Amino acid sequence: MAESLKTIDVEVLRYRPEQESEPVWQRYTVPYTDDMSVLQALQQIKDDQDGSLSFRWSCRMAICGSCGMMVNGKPHLSCQTFLRDLLPGPVRIEALTHFPIERDLVVSVDGFVKKLESIQPYIIPKEPRTLAQGEYRQSPAQLEQFEQFSGCINCMLCYSACPQFGLDPSFTGPGVLALLHRYNADSRDGGQAQRMEVLGSTEGVWNCTAVGYCSEVCPKGVDPANAVNQNKVNSAKDYFLRFLSPRGSKS
Amino acid sequence: MKRSHAPIFWLLFGGGGMLAALFGTALVLVTGIVVPITGSDVLAYPRMLALAQSIVGKAFVLAVIVLFAWHAAHRILCSLHDVGIHKGLVAKLTCYGCAMAISLVAAASLWRVGF
Amino acid sequence: MNRPYVRPMAGWWKRDPFFMRYMARELTAFAVGAYAVILCVGVLRLAQGEAAWNGWLAALRSPLSIVLHAVLLFAMAVHAKSWFEIMPKTMPMIHVGGRRLGAQTITRAGWAATLIASLVLIALVWGWR
Repeated sequence: MAESLKTIDVEVLRYRPEQESEPVWQRYTVPYTDDMSVLQALQQIKDDQDGSLSFRWSCRMAICGSCGMMVNGKPHLSCQTFLRDLLPGPVRIEALTHFPIERDLVVSVDGFVKKLESIQPYIIPKEPRTLAQGEYRQSPAQLEQFEQFSGCINCMLCYSACPQFGLDPSFTGPGVLALLHRYNADSRDGGQAQRMEVLGSTEGVWNCTAVGYCSEVCPKGVDPANAVNQNKVNSAKDYFLRFLSPRGSKS
Repeated sequence: MKRSHAPIFWLLFGGGGMLAALFGTALVLVTGIVVPITGSDVLAYPRMLALAQSIVGKAFVLAVIVLFAWHAAHRILCSLHDVGIHKGLVAKLTCYGCAMAISLVAAASLWRVGF
Repeated sequence: MNRPYVRPMAGWWKRDPFFMRYMARELTAFAVGAYAVILCVGVLRLAQGEAAWNGWLAALRSPLSIVLHAVLLFAMAVHAKSWFEIMPKTMPMIHVGGRRLGAQTITRAGWAATLIASLVLIALVWGWR
């Protein structure tokens, strides 16, 4: 088989606030081999063509969650998206949608981080526990209840997929609600009542209209759509049964 | 954080959606296509009056009309939001108001036919 | 320099076939609502007496009404199909015989329930005395 020098065109939505008021598309031609990821194409551009190109990346193996971006209009991890699947090109790359662009492919993540903190993402014990009581024990069935939802790598692809988040950025969103469910579903945890305030608020599950695209794009099979929508039932129970509760709830 | 009142409308939406999923196609097929085309007498006045006068018949007809209406109202309100029309008081009153009107007319009519 | 750029959401649903299918699913609400209105007028006419009821039945026999109901029928089918496709997402994990119940099984159970409900309805309409 004859070796041929192949190239592929890559179009990147650039945004440098100090030099333009709106994003502009810029086209590059990148040497192609069939094992290259989109991330490697961007790295080639930055290393050999245009050092000003800004983008986040770290592990190159779909576990750190840094390299999320829009590839041909869909949210992807660039390290896990391969040029061979996008032939003949051009490949259009844009910052994750629904987030403000800081620079080039870098989006503002402040809101997301604050939301993570807001749901108390840690085991809230059912009752105070001493060291002498030893470790928690969990059966495989109990582990299964939350394990899938613990796989989230905070890549935010689901937020780019979610039009309700795009329309209303105050929505807690699929990833954070999946993490909330991860703790609620853990047999070691007793914090459901405390987390219910977030679930049932105007920023909680009720913004979701079950589009389902979040679960489609999730690279880790977390299924945030399931986490959010099954909690609509829990929130509805809390809404209607709260007056029966002996401890009483805030309205 | 403000508590959302969505659960009320979501339950109505869910009930109507389930009823529409289970019975909607058959109902439309029978009342809107098969009976008009074949000229069958299964929807004749004496029969339908008896159905509407029975408790079970009233319950089923009322459930279908009311829940279909509230399902549609909620989903349309959400769709308006999806295309950029804010879920403000006017939008909510229009959508849920129509569902309420349909519910009241249906309930009143089913009461009027007697028992 | 920090000047974050916010991209507009207008026309978002046209950007991806997934969103277009979502919009089509949501639009079936108009058909469900329209049919509720049709039935509501029906019970109103029923309450107004035999002549009024026969007038409603006659209106249903018009070609315009039959075409409308063909459209409504299609929309109801789209609604039922998409409703049961989404239903598994609203449910917690269910285990049957030690194995987790899959989404497709739940969806198919829903479609089966629709088939049974439809047959029961049709049997009652023609058979009930």
